[in-house]
Amino acid sequence: MQRRNLMKLAAATGGAALAGPALAACTASGASDGKLLLWTHTAGNDAELGVTDQIIKAFNDGQDTYTAERESFPQDAYNDTVNAAALSGDLPDLLTVDGPNVANWAWAGHLQPLDVPAEITDEFLPTTLGIFQDRLYSVGHWEAACSIFARESVLEAARVRIPTMDEPWSREEFDEALERIAADTGHRWALDLSTADIGEWYPYAFSPFLQSFGGDLLDRSTYLSAEGALNGPEALAWGQWFQGLFTGGFANPESPIGAEEFLQGDAAMTFMGNWGALQAMEQFDDVLFLPPPDLGAGPKIGGGSWQWALTSTADAKGGNAWMETALSDEFVAEFANQTGLIPATNGAAELTEHYGPDGDLRMMMDYSRSYAVLRPETPAYAVIASVFTQYAGDLIHGGDVQETLDAAVAEIDADIEANSGYGF
Amino acid sequence: MTAATMKSRTPARRRWLYAPMTLLAAFFLFPIVFMLAASLKTDHQIFADMDSLKAFLPVGDVSFANYAAVFERVPFWRFLANSVLVTACVTGLGLVVNSMCGYALARMRWRGRAVVFGFIIATLILPFDTTIVPMVYLVANLPWIGFEGLRPVLEIGWLNTYHVQIIPFIVNAFAIFLFAQYFSSLPKGLEEAAAMDGAGWLRTYWRIIVPLSKPVFATVLILTIVTSPATWNAYLWPLMTVQSEELRPVMVGVQYFFQLDTDWGEVMAYISMITIPMVAVFIAFQRSFIRSIASAGMKD
Repeated sequence: MQRRNLMKLAAATGGAALAGPALAACTASGASDGKLLLWTHTAGNDAELGVTDQIIKAFNDGQDTYTAERESFPQDAYNDTVNAAALSGDLPDLLTVDGPNVANWAWAGHLQPLDVPAEITDEFLPTTLGIFQDRLYSVGHWEAACSIFARESVLEAARVRIPTMDEPWSREEFDEALERIAADTGHRWALDLSTADIGEWYPYAFSPFLQSFGGDLLDRSTYLSAEGALNGPEALAWGQWFQGLFTGGFANPESPIGAEEFLQGDAAMTFMGNWGALQAMEQFDDVLFLPPPDLGAGPKIGGGSWQWALTSTADAKGGNAWMETALSDEFVAEFANQTGLIPATNGAAELTEHYGPDGDLRMMMDYSRSYAVLRPETPAYAVIASVFTQYAGDLIHGGDVQETLDAAVAEIDADIEANSGYGF
Repeated sequence: MTAATMKSRTPARRRWLYAPMTLLAAFFLFPIVFMLAASLKTDHQIFADMDSLKAFLPVGDVSFANYAAVFERVPFWRFLANSVLVTACVTGLGLVVNSMCGYALARMRWRGRAVVFGFIIATLILPFDTTIVPMVYLVANLPWIGFEGLRPVLEIGWLNTYHVQIIPFIVNAFAIFLFAQYFSSLPKGLEEAAAMDGAGWLRTYWRIIVPLSKPVFATVLILTIVTSPATWNAYLWPLMTVQSEELRPVMVGVQYFFQLDTDWGEVMAYISMITIPMVAVFIAFQRSFIRSIASAGMKD
């Protein structure tokens, strides 16, 4: 392999100079006899790559019809790479796909439905299954869950009740907690929302607050319009409340990503994903992971993360066989152990350090099961996410709430209309 | 005003001039100094220093651990070699091809020359981002002669190769324009004298024109390295056309560091490492660079 690439390097140098002779053999990807090519978004993440390699080894050792190989890509550039490969007819056999993109890629014809036994997939958290128009397209090894990270000592100092799943903070209690913390604890900010993390963080983290108010990103009864859902009275109430967090001085409109304000001690609490939990536990010995507040329609958090899917050009038999190997509790647990994320099955949870019955992050599984709301399972989500990110940013920086939400609705509806409803 | 008073005022005037210049230089240096300082710190230290001048100083919890971690996260030398190779090929071959093209357009008389020149210049108004999708489709379907052992085989598609990163970017309309403009300003008598001595077009170009045109070659060399989407800063194109990790350039490697829990110290260490070659090139060609930017009228 190494020699072949050196040959390519030499050939490229000489070949380009002579503008004619071959530089190197073109490495074709995509389906080929007996070979399964896998693409992952985890380049640079040794922990996840290590588990993927374990699965590949187990699969290759367990049968001799197929040989799986992987290629990894950096996450921030991954979607562009996949779309370019789809354009050029160069998709691999299996690939990872972010949950909210499943509908779009399935609608675009990049994916084919999975044929994995229901007794396997029934064990998985509902939000780890990528379903579009009643067909299963992807399954994830893990899930993430957001919660409110806070320090017990800080809440006690501010005389704030510690919420539970049975009795989460109401909106009034949460607002009062922010005021008390801001007044009594000396923190620069009461709540860290990592607003600099512009991108998927905005719809993933902030739209559940909207849903907790009773609004939504889209009217899910039709999937054809955001009218009423994103600019109705509930959404307006959310927008005013959300904006008030910043204009009221409780949250920094320019807070760095990764809950750094909380970790630095500048913020008393943060709304953060469980991937930051282990670091917070290292930093503070009294950190709590609290359920999100009930803002009227029940506590909500975002659901749906990275999953495995078969491309439309894949060898279906080989691809589904790989999926069956990959979805064993052993590997689901290994992903959780390596990344700190939530294992997708109860069986795997028993095998993990943090998510077993007495695990210190067990509550994250409960939050995921009880509160997770999938981002709208529609091909329009890519545009919805972009629009929501833009206009939520406008709200953070003081834009008129009703005008901002109306503008967001207009853009989303125009896109859906331009795409003839995306098949709905 | 006497000569004595002029002498006494000049240093003072210089001081007034140097003061804002130093301030401006410091302003532009701040990001680089911050990058180098942060590359030695832990994330905790970086954010703790953010509100003070300590952000620009290697103080607190500092070490070279981030640099060591870079080599664990990315195949750094491989990425660096790929970028050096692609940059060298695109700029080197570009100088030859574009200068010859510019010469043909500026000094040779042939039917349709003005139309071709106009067409080449017209392509400058198209941003690269708008043509990238059809370009991907095009290169994915281009033929190529590869080898299986010593046997040549016809292949379809350039994706995932070195040549897809090099060949589409050798021809550069702006470089052709610069060459053509410069060659037009050279006296025609030189070529006429060469023709009388029996020199053909190629020999005239190589023996007469090229030695007289070193400034424009330096200009194009530097501008290609700095502004081409396929040289040191290549990101979008390799992202869309190269799938194998072993063929990726340094800029794509930056994305390896952005994970759910990004380690900013490592990001800064990696960026420092890939900036150093460019700083070295800049220092080596500083004079030519400034002249080239001025002559090209670009503030890119």
